[in-house]
Amino acid sequence: MKRYKARFGGSITEAWLDRKQAILVVAADRLVEIARYTRDEERFDLLVDLTAVDWPKREKRFELVLILYSFPKNERLRIKALLGENEPVASVESIWPTANWLEREVYDMFGIVFEGHSNLKRLLLPEEWQGYPLRKDYDILQQDEAWVRENLGIESGQ
Amino acid sequence: MADRYNDVGGSGSGVNVETTVLGADEIILNMGPQHPSTHGVLRVKLRLDGEKVVGSECVIGYLHRGVEKIAENRSYQQFAPYVDRMDYVAAVSNGLGYCEAVEKLMQVEAPPRARVIRTILTELQRIASHLFWLGTHALDIGALTPLFYCLREREEILKIFEKYCGARLTTHAFRIGGLQYEAYDELEKDVERFCKDFDKRVDEYESLLTQNRIWVGRTKGIGILTAEAAIAMGVTGPVLRASGVEWDIRKAMPYAAYDQYEFSIPTRKNGDTYDRYLVRMEEMRQSRKICLQAIENIPAGPILGKVGKVLKPPPGEVYHSIEAPKGELGYYIVSDGTTQPYRVRIRPPSLINLEALDQMIRGHLVADVVAVIGTLDIVLGEVDR
Repeated sequence: MKRYKARFGGSITEAWLDRKQAILVVAADRLVEIARYTRDEERFDLLVDLTAVDWPKREKRFELVLILYSFPKNERLRIKALLGENEPVASVESIWPTANWLEREVYDMFGIVFEGHSNLKRLLLPEEWQGYPLRKDYDILQQDEAWVRENLGIESGQ
Repeated sequence: MADRYNDVGGSGSGVNVETTVLGADEIILNMGPQHPSTHGVLRVKLRLDGEKVVGSECVIGYLHRGVEKIAENRSYQQFAPYVDRMDYVAAVSNGLGYCEAVEKLMQVEAPPRARVIRTILTELQRIASHLFWLGTHALDIGALTPLFYCLREREEILKIFEKYCGARLTTHAFRIGGLQYEAYDELEKDVERFCKDFDKRVDEYESLLTQNRIWVGRTKGIGILTAEAAIAMGVTGPVLRASGVEWDIRKAMPYAAYDQYEFSIPTRKNGDTYDRYLVRMEEMRQSRKICLQAIENIPAGPILGKVGKVLKPPPGEVYHSIEAPKGELGYYIVSDGTTQPYRVRIRPPSLINLEALDQMIRGHLVADVVAVIGTLDIVLGEVDR
């Protein structure tokens, strides 16, 4: 933590432990730089997971969460970046190739756009689907009725 | 719309699929979603030069049920049975991961007796999952017999599950805070009876395959993943260990009661399909060893910790993962202090292992694609969630 603060100063906005797990909030515009440092210097070589959380009432509604693991240290670290509704973020695919599908899933479910991603399209839902299901304003019974009607031949959803 | 059926670039390759131009001898072959060797509804678009794979793209999501969205609309206990439906051939492991994650979020611990019984059932589940993998993987490659042997032993394990909780597949065996059911009287005996000659059974499978010329020919040198590539692709579980990385969450960050037992982490060097086969065979033997040690001494005491009927974890978040039969199964749960999780993210090992498929099959033949899909041991319920 101290090393991060010394190196990136104001770009590390918050750092704390929750249930003994380390969390770091970083400025979204320096995410790639910090990610590269984390992999090369701090040796968090495994990107375990990349996901997002939607907090619609906050000023910046999305929390992008990177869950990392270091084989040499046997430690986990979570790096978060806060993003506004239509705010794109740089892809970390060049640092951890596994981010390719994970970022596609976040794009699919939350509509967060990753700049510099090699193939940014929906992962689980059909390409033409409208809406982003894991956003909080997307109701659990909501669906893209036009798509369902056209492709599945179901008239009125549920 | 039409493009969806024609574009094949490569998922990890950086090739823009929309503009991929096929060479003169190249064709696109669609494998799945209804194909016997894809173990569910996986669709792989292969770009072939003759019979050689030059590119591929996985199309997934056919089984997407929005599990993570459902979680946000259920209470913590209500969501527990849903996780069984992800990796439906290893439901017990899914349940263990979820229950332990919520326990960590609430900062409670399951009592020792519950932890030991959880360990026994989870290890049996690992054996069952590996057996099912072995049977179907061998079947894909053309060896019919192992399937019957594997399902015979798997049946024994499912019978133990059935006696314990009434269900065979989607067991919902554990509860947040411990166990719902006390172990039945003969649980130790049943587990011991199964384990007693299971080692010989594994020898039996090995006698059918390990030295079999066809088996070796079909698996050795196929789908090689180096240690560096495996880590870069985020691959975990037996696939990672077959590439020479000795890493197992049961040892690295012990959960349940694994710190009490002796077992080793089998690894291999080459990272090919044959090595992944050997790693899983050895893992079954190790799981048997854990089970035998665990039934020696199941501590007495309560099976359910003090968690209360209504779960309201304090606001905050937690990430907890376990070594599922397929790799690292993680749960990232965010609580806002209410009875329903604010966000549940499930890190499915199958999805992330499947991502490495593209680089594993490049340069191989179509028939090898079948072998590599089998060796990754994916379950589409977990890939799509």
